[in-house]
Amino acid sequence: MVVSLVNVLVNGAAYGMLLFLMAGGLSVTMGLMGFANLAHGSLAMLGGYVLATLMNHYDVSFLPALLAATIATAFAGAIVERTVFRRLYGGAELDQVLLTIGVVSMTVAAATYVWGTNPTSVKIPAWLDGRLQFGNFDFGVYRLFLLIVGGALTAGLFFGIDRTNFGAKIRAAVDNRRMTVSCGIDVKRLFALAFAIGSALAGLGGGLAVGLVGLDPTFGVKYLVFLLMVVVVGGLGSIRGTLVAAIALGICDVTGKYYVPDAGAFILYAVVVVMLLWRPRGLFGR
Amino acid sequence: MSRMGLRALAALVGLGALCGAAWADEEPLKIGLVGSFSGGAAQWGISVDAAFAAYQKQHGDSAGGRKIEFLRRDTTGPNPDIVRRLVQELISRDKVELICGIEFTPNALAAAGLSTQAKVPLLIVNAATTEILTNAPYTSRFGFTTAQIVTPFAKWAAKNGYHDVYAIYTDYGPGIEAGNAFKKAFTEAGGNVVGEVKPPLISPDYSAYIQRVKDAKPQAIFIFAPAADHPQIFLKAYRDAGLGEIGVKILATGDLTNESVLNNLGDPALGMITTFDYSEAHDSPLNKEFTKAFYATARDNTRPDFTAAAAYDVINAIYKIVDAQHGKIDPDRTMALIKGMSFESPRGPIAIDQNRDIVQNVYFRKVEKVGGKLENVEFQTTPMVDDHGNPTK
Amino acid sequence: MAVLAAEDATRLFVARSRWRWEEIVFWLVAASSYFLFPGHLVLITQALIAGLFSMSLDILLGYAGIASMGHAAFFGLGAYTAGILAKMGYGDPILDLLAAAVLAGGFGALCSLLVARLHGIGMLMVTLGIGLSCYELANRWRDMTGGDDGLQGMVVKPIFGIFAFDFDGHVAFIYSFVVIFILYLFARRLVNSPFGLALLGIRENLRRVPALGIGVRAQLMLAFTIAASIAGVAGALLAESTQFIALEVLGFDRSISVLIMLVLGGIGNLVGGMIGAMVFTVARDELAALDPVYWNFWMGLILCAIVLSGSGGIVGLLRRIERRFGGTAR
Repeated sequence: MVVSLVNVLVNGAAYGMLLFLMAGGLSVTMGLMGFANLAHGSLAMLGGYVLATLMNHYDVSFLPALLAATIATAFAGAIVERTVFRRLYGGAELDQVLLTIGVVSMTVAAATYVWGTNPTSVKIPAWLDGRLQFGNFDFGVYRLFLLIVGGALTAGLFFGIDRTNFGAKIRAAVDNRRMTVSCGIDVKRLFALAFAIGSALAGLGGGLAVGLVGLDPTFGVKYLVFLLMVVVVGGLGSIRGTLVAAIALGICDVTGKYYVPDAGAFILYAVVVVMLLWRPRGLFGR
Repeated sequence: MSRMGLRALAALVGLGALCGAAWADEEPLKIGLVGSFSGGAAQWGISVDAAFAAYQKQHGDSAGGRKIEFLRRDTTGPNPDIVRRLVQELISRDKVELICGIEFTPNALAAAGLSTQAKVPLLIVNAATTEILTNAPYTSRFGFTTAQIVTPFAKWAAKNGYHDVYAIYTDYGPGIEAGNAFKKAFTEAGGNVVGEVKPPLISPDYSAYIQRVKDAKPQAIFIFAPAADHPQIFLKAYRDAGLGEIGVKILATGDLTNESVLNNLGDPALGMITTFDYSEAHDSPLNKEFTKAFYATARDNTRPDFTAAAAYDVINAIYKIVDAQHGKIDPDRTMALIKGMSFESPRGPIAIDQNRDIVQNVYFRKVEKVGGKLENVEFQTTPMVDDHGNPTK
Repeated sequence: MAVLAAEDATRLFVARSRWRWEEIVFWLVAASSYFLFPGHLVLITQALIAGLFSMSLDILLGYAGIASMGHAAFFGLGAYTAGILAKMGYGDPILDLLAAAVLAGGFGALCSLLVARLHGIGMLMVTLGIGLSCYELANRWRDMTGGDDGLQGMVVKPIFGIFAFDFDGHVAFIYSFVVIFILYLFARRLVNSPFGLALLGIRENLRRVPALGIGVRAQLMLAFTIAASIAGVAGALLAESTQFIALEVLGFDRSISVLIMLVLGGIGNLVGGMIGAMVFTVARDELAALDPVYWNFWMGLILCAIVLSGSGGIVGLLRRIERRFGGTAR
């Protein structure tokens, strides 16, 4: 009984961590910068495809490929931001939603054209592909790896953005752009950098996810809803909130499916609706 | 008129009649081909196109004196309302004489209704639910039904030491049908279904379900899931929980290990036992010819799979029908020809019974590495099973 | 800001409700398509129904300023209401239409309670959540809705007992056209009335409006109810004319498509939704037949272009051209 429960909780946390890894970047772009970025999933998908192509066709090993995926996606995000998204900062959210949906359509078509509709997968390196057993509890090594990476990422984001001048500048620029500019801060460069970071994280998350959930051109759209939920429930503008929400939703989802499997996806939707009604600004929203 | 004139006239008339006949024969036979050529299930379209092209390379593009013309229509996935409109337009506007294709049950239901209303014969390639043909006297199926594939498996499992089985099947039409078919046949054969779960279609994580399986400690899991991403996710959770080590085997239908996803599953799939109607490794001269022709026409490194085989059989059936009627298609005659049709397919011998449904061998296969490639190697056969899973011999 | 004298107010309302040329052209073209494109009636009927659906969203978005990513919930609810009633033997098309309107409208009123307090991303998320939950519910309730196989066995009786729905879609076209035109006239009346102005006020400056004595909550709830009701009628029309319901009527795709159609045509002028839906539906049919992968790509590109240019869609473009050539566009 207890063993099962512990397994479920840990798996839930690991699933939540996967969500956080994919949604972390969204927390920066949508949460921090206030830009409704539905194309985030597409960026994650790009990271996944870069990883898969490097590993499958060019025999690059896992970690370097992951790094490459992260950097490539950062560049892609920066380019898209500069050419397209930049013009809609501070605009109506619906416009941003529609614009990013347009981008998503294009990326799905492009991915289909380049990589075909067949699902792709990668071979996880042997040192990550196994099981650890502690008495009656067993956990996949890859999942533990995700937990560790996620933890490191949170710390990095927290101390790198939440608690620094950088983060404060971004928040200031989002709240009152003109004032920030008049303080001598180059807001354009600031946003470009922040968006690049958000995109890099998307690429990282996507690359890491391939080993667990596979990859195909609909990747960006399939899991988008979960990512949006995590960021909104956590509270826009708070990295801490996204992490807490991700872990909480992950645990709720897996535990719910364990105890009441017939309820299926409803549990997650119900939890999200209740959370949003209780705290419309999210758990740690500003 | 002089004798010469009469002869000339006769010759002219004769020539004219000949030309007229030739002219009439030259009008192509339009056949609607409805299925997924884009979107998540676009692989279907790729397989069918390649199979059709392979067949036409071997047999030409005419039958019964008429040129066969396929009007392709894209459903983009399970979209019954789009299918309805496409089929209505094919019948009403394009005046097709036959319709073939269809990959999903909702699409099949939508198309079958129109086929019945307008009396246009419909040859289904893949949709696998039994009820599709129930009130559709002009619809026939050449693929397989879920009950057909699952029932022999369930009986075999019960007789081969798998007494307690946990059932996992995805919560959508085909999944529910597979789950019900398995539960029914398995319990009837004396087995015990110790538990079941129905993961939703979008399930990035199977760990909760695997934990339940672990709690129940069955001898095997019966799993039915859409071929795209579920197999991978399921296998990962299965391995992470060490179920293989404690002796829980995997029983799955061939969808899980079908050729288009087999390469992605990789070595973790080795040893999986499945039942299905087609394997690329099926050892017959026709299949060898077919796979060779298929690889010559397919793109994107597609491997021939059950869709390709069924499509190959459908176009073969169409050619037979058109030949037998010398190019003049009559719906009732067509259906009479289809019922009772039997011929050799790349999968083995197949037949269409009086209910217009497919009767074929169901093969038991194990995933093995043959020549460096993962294949479903057949080790046992239940011959000529009907659409409800019962042997006809 | 001066208060308008009574005659000025009347003149204002009259000016606002004058028929614009793009509306006249659209409806003439739609009506004549029955004779011009007899082989495409099914497609055009579906385009008109999509237009009605877009128009209902316009009432929410263009006039009340409420952005919804889950509008298909009302559409689907209307469709399933008509469908299930037809399946159970109560297949009179007009009664089913009314039932759909009532149920969808009621659900709309309910949703307005949830959504009214939110703005921006929160509102988008909750409306999205509502749409997804409805889809999930219909999916699971297989016995009632048929789940992802779709609703089978609808028996729609002839209209007024005389006009039975035919295979080629003639009756369905005329029936839908009449219903949609009537609702269009109703919606016009609505948005050009004081109520319509109140909605615009709420959209433009939410805080100021109560000072004018307008109850925001009540107006929004009314707007929601009407919009949902009309969407429900659109869904029921689709169900009745095709005698089949796919689960996708409630899907995310449909909610997003209708947004795209509305943006394409132009928000805030009612006919924009109809024009956008017609263009989108016909274009998708033609282009997707050519190459479906490219359709997605080009559609995405056009959408980006429209949003970035901020030109107000097709109608906005037409008005700009009109202004350029010296017309008195509003």
